[in-house]
Amino acid sequence: MPGPTGPITGILGLSTEIIGIWVAALLTLAIYSFLYGDNPVYKVAEHIFVGISAAYGAALTYHLVIIRRLFDPLFRPDLAQPPLDAPKISLIIPGLLGLLIFSRFIPRYDWLSRWPIAFIMGLYAGLSIPRVIQTNILKQMQATIAPVLPVDAGGQYLLFSGFENLLLIVGVVCTLAYFYFSLPHRGVMGGLSRVGIWFLMIGFGAGFGNTVMARISLLIGRIQFLLYEWLPTIGIHLGAGPGAG
Amino acid sequence: MWKKLLYFDRRIIFALIALVVIIPFLTEWRASHGQITPSTQNLYNEIESLKPGTPVMLVFDYGPSGMPELHPMATALARHILSRDLRLLGLAIVITGPSLCHDAVTPVAEELDKIEGVDWVNLGWVPGFVLPITQMGEDIKRTYPTDFQGRATAELPVMAGIRDYQDIGLIIDLAAGNAPGAWIAYAHDPYKVKLAAGITAVMATDYYVYLQTGQLCGLLNGLKGAAEYEHLIGKKGFGYLGMSSQSVAHLVIILFVIIGNIGYFTVRRRRRGSE
Amino acid sequence: MRLQIPIAMGFLAGVFMFVQFFIPHQMIKASFKDALDWAIIVGGFALVLGLGSLFRTHVEKIRHRREGFGYSFVTLISFAVMFVFGIVWKTDPGTVFDWLFMNVQVPLEATMFSLLAFFIASAAYRTFRARSVEATLLLLAAVIVMLGRVPISDKIPYLNLHEITEWIMMVPTVAAKRGILFGVALGAVATALRIILGLERSHLGGGGGQ
Repeated sequence: MPGPTGPITGILGLSTEIIGIWVAALLTLAIYSFLYGDNPVYKVAEHIFVGISAAYGAALTYHLVIIRRLFDPLFRPDLAQPPLDAPKISLIIPGLLGLLIFSRFIPRYDWLSRWPIAFIMGLYAGLSIPRVIQTNILKQMQATIAPVLPVDAGGQYLLFSGFENLLLIVGVVCTLAYFYFSLPHRGVMGGLSRVGIWFLMIGFGAGFGNTVMARISLLIGRIQFLLYEWLPTIGIHLGAGPGAG
Repeated sequence: MWKKLLYFDRRIIFALIALVVIIPFLTEWRASHGQITPSTQNLYNEIESLKPGTPVMLVFDYGPSGMPELHPMATALARHILSRDLRLLGLAIVITGPSLCHDAVTPVAEELDKIEGVDWVNLGWVPGFVLPITQMGEDIKRTYPTDFQGRATAELPVMAGIRDYQDIGLIIDLAAGNAPGAWIAYAHDPYKVKLAAGITAVMATDYYVYLQTGQLCGLLNGLKGAAEYEHLIGKKGFGYLGMSSQSVAHLVIILFVIIGNIGYFTVRRRRRGSE
Repeated sequence: MRLQIPIAMGFLAGVFMFVQFFIPHQMIKASFKDALDWAIIVGGFALVLGLGSLFRTHVEKIRHRREGFGYSFVTLISFAVMFVFGIVWKTDPGTVFDWLFMNVQVPLEATMFSLLAFFIASAAYRTFRARSVEATLLLLAAVIVMLGRVPISDKIPYLNLHEITEWIMMVPTVAAKRGILFGVALGAVATALRIILGLERSHLGGGGGQ
């Protein structure tokens, strides 16, 4: 995570990169102090994070959306990118709808905030129906219904592939049976849903294994920062760093 | 004795985990990248098969919490894309994406003498999640009228001849959340553009479903996926470097599970015996 | 009227988005692109809305001198500093805003999430028990995947754990996840239809689902 390159390159003889690494390292250690127990240093770091990340989102939205997509094309068409010959008047509609969202903060007029929200929600809903059906239902069904006795180009039976395809069909049907609550889980239905639970448990177990992997990777990321970026600033260099091979 | 072993201060576990992650870095031992997963190889082959000059979208749909796993992937993919003289279009539908795109691609581009605006571009972020993905199916420059720094995309040489997904060779979504699902549903399925993903391991079980259907043509899974890709392009980085700590930490956690279970069953048997 | 107009707006927006999918006419396409432009802008405003509740929470805390109100100052000051730098001196790479992002926000967020490594290790030790057939299946799958996902498993003779892990991910896990996915997808389509038809109103802040 290198520091910035740009107009400001140093303060008090220290490069902004070195200062950045130290700030990042101290904040990292501040967060880790939570492992010993909750404490004011952790709390300060946590509250800095809330403020900074909210402002990051707000400032980026201001420049990239409000100014570039709305204000410039509407009021400064010559400054818009690409420049426009005339103001894009139609943008008044989303501009007004967007402003109506803030009526939430005026109790007397807060009902007006329903307009933009209804527009957005309706739009998302309409857009999503064909997409969800195609991607998450039809394509998934298609890929599940595979031959249980497939044959390769030479006419040989692919028994293991067939077994896998069969297992997939059984697994999907049984998992669905487990989530089907309109029939009591007794008899055949009980058996199916029990097999469904086994598939779910294997799935969740695989999920847990991957989650352990991910969490450890996050820790590795921070340790790598401390060892390969922070320690070198105090003259400690570890061999075999990134890019060594 | 087992009771004590089962219920000691958890800070001891914390200290052990910290140690097993730190110590491998202090030694000379480095675990290899391991066997290459087919989905990693497929993504590599896909990029290898593209003709020079083909635009490839590298999508930065993650924030700082996804960086340890996804940033090494981003660096390795950017290196592969740029070294094959493909055009790299960095973009994001997650707000932190553009800053991370700049951080990952700039050093690689500088090393390979690639010019921003000519060989690659950071298109920035557009809100609305599925909205920009959908609109790009009609007009990419309308969705991203400027790059992150405000230059008109229509005037950038890297964007020449690009109108919609038909002009894109491959989209690779690097994500820590459900963004690849949106790219599959709103870009790949309706517009038939080739799509691959690099994901955090937490999300892996959600995306093998789409790998099996062929909706994803490749998948990099977590830090291991990054290490595998670094091996394929022949440039080791933070993915490879992390594999030894990752290996030891997994072994220790499995050991925790085993000890925990032995303790649990021993205590339970004794309790039953005494009843 | 206060409810009818937004319901009508939602209906029209939803039906238009649905219908355009089936009618690729030039005029429809042009309106479709405009509608997406508009929605992106309105979506931008909606993001800023979240700030309202953040300010309200912290200002209230300070005003009533609630426990830990000093930390609320920290949040508000951090916000103000980052926001002013971002608005006045822009957000481009190389700016102070970018420096604060890379050296304050990135380490804080990444470290906060990395705490989970410690908690998941502790949870594995204390709660991950083979109490039943189901729990044993879960535990076995987890252990195999944990081993199969790291290169050290290649050292185990006669057992290709890497391939077994890929098989677990590609067959039984896909089956279970697909079963769940069908349920989620059907639920999503039903909810989308209810929104378009005005049956689902919870997002409008008035008695949903009547």
